Amino acid sequence: MTGRSTVDEDPRHPLGGDRASTGRLGDRIFGGLATTSGILIVVLVTLVGVFLLWQAVPSLLKNEANFLLSREWSPSGANPRFGILELAWGTLITSVIAMIIAVPLGVAVALFITQYAPPWLSKPAASTIDLLAAVPSIVYGFWGLNIAGQYFQPVLSGIDGALGWLPVFEDQGTSAKSTLAFAGMILAIMILPIVTAISREVFAQVPTTHKEGALALGATRWEMIRVAVLPYGKPGVISAAMLGLGRALGETLAVLILLSTLSANADWSFSIFNGGSTFASRIAQGAGEFDTPQKTGAYIAAGLVLFVVTFVVNATARIVIDRRKAFTE
Amino acid sequence: MAKRIDVKDLDIYYGDFKAVEGVTMTVEPRSVTAFIGPSGCGKSTVLRTLNRMHEVIPGGRVEGSVMLDDQDLYASSMDPVAVRRTVGMVFQRPNPFPTMSIRDNVAAGLRLNGVKKKSVLDEVVEQSLRGANLWTEVKDRLDKPGAGLSGGQQQRLCIARAIAVNPQVLLMDEPCSALDPISTLAIEDLINDLKSEYTIVIVTHNMQQAARVSDQTAFFNLKATGEPGRLVEIGETQRIFSNPTEKATEDYISGRFG
Ligand SMILES: Nc1ncnc2c1ncn2[C@@H]1O[C@H](COP(=O)(O)OP(=O)(O)O)[C@@H](O)[C@H]1O
Ligand SMILES: [Mg+2]
Repeated sequence: MTGRSTVDEDPRHPLGGDRASTGRLGDRIFGGLATTSGILIVVLVTLVGVFLLWQAVPSLLKNEANFLLSREWSPSGANPRFGILELAWGTLITSVIAMIIAVPLGVAVALFITQYAPPWLSKPAASTIDLLAAVPSIVYGFWGLNIAGQYFQPVLSGIDGALGWLPVFEDQGTSAKSTLAFAGMILAIMILPIVTAISREVFAQVPTTHKEGALALGATRWEMIRVAVLPYGKPGVISAAMLGLGRALGETLAVLILLSTLSANADWSFSIFNGGSTFASRIAQGAGEFDTPQKTGAYIAAGLVLFVVTFVVNATARIVIDRRKAFTE
Repeated sequence: MAKRIDVKDLDIYYGDFKAVEGVTMTVEPRSVTAFIGPSGCGKSTVLRTLNRMHEVIPGGRVEGSVMLDDQDLYASSMDPVAVRRTVGMVFQRPNPFPTMSIRDNVAAGLRLNGVKKKSVLDEVVEQSLRGANLWTEVKDRLDKPGAGLSGGQQQRLCIARAIAVNPQVLLMDEPCSALDPISTLAIEDLINDLKSEYTIVIVTHNMQQAARVSDQTAFFNLKATGEPGRLVEIGETQRIFSNPTEKATEDYISGRFG
């Protein structure tokens, strides 16, 4: 947090700052490597974006339906009609369900491990969660399909019985394990370890002086967490949530094997107990039959939307985190 | 509001390790007591038992009694949270809450007590910052982060935060050891002012500081390495510095100490 010295602006010192660290061989090599890698990544991402656009634009131009607002998906033939409304809904609602469950739960587990659990318990618990974070998503998908799914039927019926008058909770007759709600729950279980692991890490780093500062004011343990731990960990929790969201938005296999797809003429429903598709699951489904560039382009256009959404989500998270920076030393 | 502290036969443990043994002392209300002694002899440990902050450390426990006027701090009915609201503490490194503004830092303790009314909070914030000799320096930037202040200002902010909840006793653990001489003087002046309202106990490594600010000085020492620390001598500051009873005290204050 020191002010910029005049050396920083001095054009004779292109690296700025400390004179001692310029010009030496090691510094030059490392600096060069770092700069090159940085540029390379930006170039690569831009190239990927340009490539996707390049492929998508011709198909989009031929599209006879509204790409953003149509539910249709028949991208081949002389009169292609395709839109992403259903995919956007499926992706959004499964990810939202996943976040609503996984973020509070992950934060709670992380708080328990770092602030409440005795050392003999917190260490093994932390390692277990780190291990769970490495389990491949297909395993969660299979587990959901073959084991957990059957237990969701009564839950679905229960919620429908109590809250079914709300369109979101209306039973659609879809098998419980094939609904958006269940896919969202499996996503939640999938991202829970990541959210927990990262939150745990930041909570564990809260300086003792901050915690003692709160306790010495007569804070209870929970108040200490609210005053010292959560504010300190907030940027970390946001990053954790965004990483989790990124994974949920893009998750393909688990969603693909769970969700029942909707028939082309099914009525529109806002119910989370409906089947559906996400961007990723639709693309994976179609991947076997990309026979014409036009058809491929339609799928790529959908992929591009996912790309942009993920990018915006991450950028927003960055901005949120940066805005808090003035308040975190 | 200030209260008298009576410590009797206090042994302090970290797990199985006995860190301090047999401390007995009295601290009069509206006075400043300084703890001096070599590192590791248990000054911080004793200080923390005066508001049960040692319990935050795994394994920390005491035997013996600490009375605040006629209240037993270690009575089974006593809630450590309540103790800490009565006995405030300022730490070695200034530790304002980094995510909070100056105003919110000072108001933090009141908010914990459930005070929500803005007019009350604002008034106490001003009062406490004035009490900590910080008001004129920060009154135009109360919404800026507390961590943006200088070290000395941060420490005074922490003092303001501590006195905002209107404690009976104020404990300070080497509050100036991370500060420059000017900021140190500012804190010492402040201690002199606060003495009219609070009972103050301060740990310091700086003997001149002890001589300048305190009415009473307690010298702690280790019997030998590995042995628990103990209170060697306590008495009026002037006497301790001019005419100590114990040889060890004299050696320490005259700098003839290993
Ligand atoms: N958190 C702790 N856990 C275990 N032992 C501790 C802890 N803090 C201090 N001690 C021990 O207690 C003794 C007194 O330490 P302390 O009160 O910090 O001394 P001082 O403040 O006089 O330098 C030392 O032997 C130290 O090692
Ligand atoms: Mg100490």
